[in-house]
Amino acid sequence: MANKKRNTILFVVLALGFLLMFFASISLGSVTIPLKDVVASLTGGQATKSTWEYIIINYRLPKTITAVLAGTGLSMSGLLMQTLFRNPLAEPYVLGLSSGASLGVAFVILGAGFLPSFLSVIALSSYAIVLASTLGSTLVLFLVLIVSQRLRNTMAILIVGLMFGSFSTAIVSILTYFSTAEQLQKFTFWTMGNLGNLSWTNIGILIFCVGIGLLLSAKSIKPLNALLLGENYAKSMGLNFKQARLIIILATSLLSGAITAFVGPIAFIGLAVPHIAKLTFQTSNHTILFWSTLFFGSIIMLFCDIVSQMPGYDVTLPINAVTSIIGAPVVIWLVMRKRNF
Amino acid sequence: MKNILTTSSLNIGYKSKKGVTTIAENLNLNLEAGKLITLIGANGIGKSTLLRTITGIQKPLSGNVYLNERKISDYQPLELAQNLSLVLTEKLPPSNLSVFELVALGRQPYTNWVDILSQEDILKVQEAMNLTQIEHLASKKHFQISDGQLQKVLIARALAQDTPLIILDEPTTHLDLLHKVSLFKLLKKLTQETQKCILFSTHDIDLAIQLSDEMIMMTPESIIQDQPCNLISNGSFSNLFKDEHIVFDAEKGKFIVT
Repeated sequence: MANKKRNTILFVVLALGFLLMFFASISLGSVTIPLKDVVASLTGGQATKSTWEYIIINYRLPKTITAVLAGTGLSMSGLLMQTLFRNPLAEPYVLGLSSGASLGVAFVILGAGFLPSFLSVIALSSYAIVLASTLGSTLVLFLVLIVSQRLRNTMAILIVGLMFGSFSTAIVSILTYFSTAEQLQKFTFWTMGNLGNLSWTNIGILIFCVGIGLLLSAKSIKPLNALLLGENYAKSMGLNFKQARLIIILATSLLSGAITAFVGPIAFIGLAVPHIAKLTFQTSNHTILFWSTLFFGSIIMLFCDIVSQMPGYDVTLPINAVTSIIGAPVVIWLVMRKRNF
Repeated sequence: MKNILTTSSLNIGYKSKKGVTTIAENLNLNLEAGKLITLIGANGIGKSTLLRTITGIQKPLSGNVYLNERKISDYQPLELAQNLSLVLTEKLPPSNLSVFELVALGRQPYTNWVDILSQEDILKVQEAMNLTQIEHLASKKHFQISDGQLQKVLIARALAQDTPLIILDEPTTHLDLLHKVSLFKLLKKLTQETQKCILFSTHDIDLAIQLSDEMIMMTPESIIQDQPCNLISNGSFSNLFKDEHIVFDAEKGKFIVT
């Protein structure tokens, strides 16, 4: 069919775009490193300056990989939530999952002071932060799910998500009141979002979590297609709804929880990317949406990262600010358009 | 004729904290292959409860529902989906599905885990679209077509599911007379050409009398299954609505307001 040919072309373009962004994100920054030196350092060769090699291996590459993981993971969890909640505006940030994760992290970072010192060391390890953050986002997701069973109204669910957000912010501000300046600084930096702070060990943990989350998402492709017709039709077509929903929830909370733990709450990527994928490919088929969301997620996140680095300048913008500036207008446009998507 | 679905001493209703509400007792219905059967009854009489019970969504209070001579509660969800397909009244959630993609979803009980359509799946989808005469809509989005067309698309989806029994919940509700008649005729044609059994609930009793092979009539007192001509001759229709102003005229075969 004509669609197949068009999709193949689109995927080739996306793959090229991904490679371009990947290398651009390594090459650009406060110091611009020529592409041939980037390729040389990555393939084990010699860069023109040894400092460049050091920057690439220890700073730029981890950041670029983190951007790819965060972009794909957040976008995928947005895609899953939009179909599960039958709500085009659902995503981890809007529905308060990120706030839940923040709350978990706040308890760990800010609450560590209340624990005996040997426990506070454990509490501040990256494993504990991932765990707290995932638990926080899962908790909020379950609450939203319970509410969405009672209220079928799209806007009501969004308002509830907002309320969860305010609620967690309130708890966090109470916690900050009782914490030290040092803890507070650590938490504030975390909330601004940072792709570049991860050690290789932490990247390993993140790859593991995002990998599992994406595998679970791949397993949900068929159930998600069935859910396009609503829960009852899906059941009548042989879907084990409860099991499918559990897998989707696990995938979503693992993806958004782990990513939020390491890079902070990042807004709008999960909302905007699935829509860009749907509009580009003009389909609701999740087999195609799965791959296109992965590509668009990483490309857009890498783009935001490049913008936040302000190539050629010494300053760096918080990544969360960049994604919001790009993402918020997309949301407004979607609401105004208000047709089927 | 082969029996597709039968019920034996079926009691339907629902249990709540306050106790048991029985809607109908001792039902012995019999749905045969190749027949178009309509379910009629006043609003709130329990048509939906009956449909929910015989499709296995709701448990009966007592008695059994047999699909292909096997208890419906013994079916795994996937097996059930290969034997029974539904057309529901609920509004579809927003999505970008094209008509072809929507009909193709009917193949879900047969596709692999990544939902890729095989050659056979595509043939079945095309056959279903052919039977319902919606091929020209294939690439349209499902929200771009009229209510009457959408109803046909949903029926095509059920056909693509390739089941001996299709159950529809009030498929003619939002349609004008022209489209109601064409939908009735389509369903009639499908039962004759595919030997499927089709059961659907409707409020268009005049049309149902003219076009269905059998009718299941629900009143507070009883549930009767019979051919329309028998229901007319034994005067059953006069019990359908408890209102002195609505009278059934047996000669004209329709309800008259006095």
